[in-house]
Amino acid sequence: MQDMFKILFSVILIDNLVLSRFLGVCSFLGLTKDLKNSMGMSVAVIFVMLVSTAVTYPIYYFLLEPAGLGYLQTVIFILVIAATVQVLEAVIRKVMPPLYDAMGIFLPLITTNCAILGVMLINIQESYSFVNAIMSSLGAGLGYTLAMFLFVGVREKLETSDIPESFKGLPSTLVAASILSVAFMGFGGVIENLFS
Amino acid sequence: MANKNKSLSYEFIKGIVKENPLFVLVLGTCPALAVTTSAINGLGMGVAFTFVLLMSNVVISALRKVIPDSVRIPAYITIIASLVTIVQFLLKAYTPELDQSLGIFIPLITVNCIILGRAEAFANRNGILASIMDALGMGVGFTLALLLMGGLREILGFGTFFGLQMPWISEGGLQPIGIFGLPAGGFAIFGVLVALFNKLNHLWYSRKPDDIMDRRNYPGSISERTDAPFVAASAASEGSEAVAISEGSVPEPMTKPGERSSSSSDKD
Repeated sequence: MQDMFKILFSVILIDNLVLSRFLGVCSFLGLTKDLKNSMGMSVAVIFVMLVSTAVTYPIYYFLLEPAGLGYLQTVIFILVIAATVQVLEAVIRKVMPPLYDAMGIFLPLITTNCAILGVMLINIQESYSFVNAIMSSLGAGLGYTLAMFLFVGVREKLETSDIPESFKGLPSTLVAASILSVAFMGFGGVIENLFS
Repeated sequence: MANKNKSLSYEFIKGIVKENPLFVLVLGTCPALAVTTSAINGLGMGVAFTFVLLMSNVVISALRKVIPDSVRIPAYITIIASLVTIVQFLLKAYTPELDQSLGIFIPLITVNCIILGRAEAFANRNGILASIMDALGMGVGFTLALLLMGGLREILGFGTFFGLQMPWISEGGLQPIGIFGLPAGGFAIFGVLVALFNKLNHLWYSRKPDDIMDRRNYPGSISERTDAPFVAASAASEGSEAVAISEGSVPEPMTKPGERSSSSSDKD
């Protein structure tokens, strides 16, 4: 139990998906211009992350591993993720139209979001149990959301500030991301002490 | 893409400064930020990446008339993922240390926006030779970019370069600045280098910082939207909906089926 929460919180705060593991940086930089898009993407990421963990985990441990085909994980995982995304899109469109409206257009983009494949691979690499793998995926998704949410605010502020010509646009955004990353470093020792 | 004479050398050179994939197009940021804690990691990642890009461009260019348009993205992903698995094996066998330090970022080459982007925007419309030059140019540009970032971060953060101690780092004298080895330093150095390339492009090609090249040729490029092949794909299938996020970045689906077959047929 304690293990689960330790994983959950350390993935959200210390090993933040975007700010310290550098997964999903592309969408982080691309979509944080306004709150609506970034939240749509975040919901989609959390959702796809959980579902594809639930799918890839058994595939790896009951199919690939016993057959000695562990090396095929990259190919299989990416295909599974792509297929999952397709199925999810169809299902959500039918069953939960409001949710689909919120994240519909972001679903197809997620296949090539390295955050998803990255978290799947990390779950396997760390040999988490199924529950812990789900927790780590949930934490990763929440961490992504948190980073997106905070950064939308930062960028709104950046838009109105006076920046040297060459730094306009992306460079200033990256420097701001660096400062946000420093802020997250502050969580360093917290989790260890909280759960020790 | 221009005429044939221009293309071969041009396709190669454009990738290095003018359309540098990392600093100008801002593609493939995830591995670039994560592995560049040292020069050797940056170089290793660059070489592995170049190999995958080269092979995928060749294979996709060769198969461009065989793969049906409607399933091209899954087909590309499968090709790329298989190539990445090959690279993973090669690295494990010959440079186990590098494999250790690059970790999950080797399999993650699969979802690197540059590779899929080049496949979508270049390899499926051009001949094999042009695709090879394009891949080499982009690959060398990316490798040099990673080497530059890795070198800077290693020198500033650890006071070494390819493991060699810098002469000015000494006990009681100058000390390395630890933060450059950490994620925060990665973002900062990346930001400064992007600004530098903005400036260079401005001086050499008189291009304004915000004026990024014709984005239709660079799916996934910079700013607004990444993963553009999918934006384009969904825009094509769903019409108006996808326009909301592609504002400005991808003005229209990059490859209309008709356009592609016509442009590839007048090539030969």
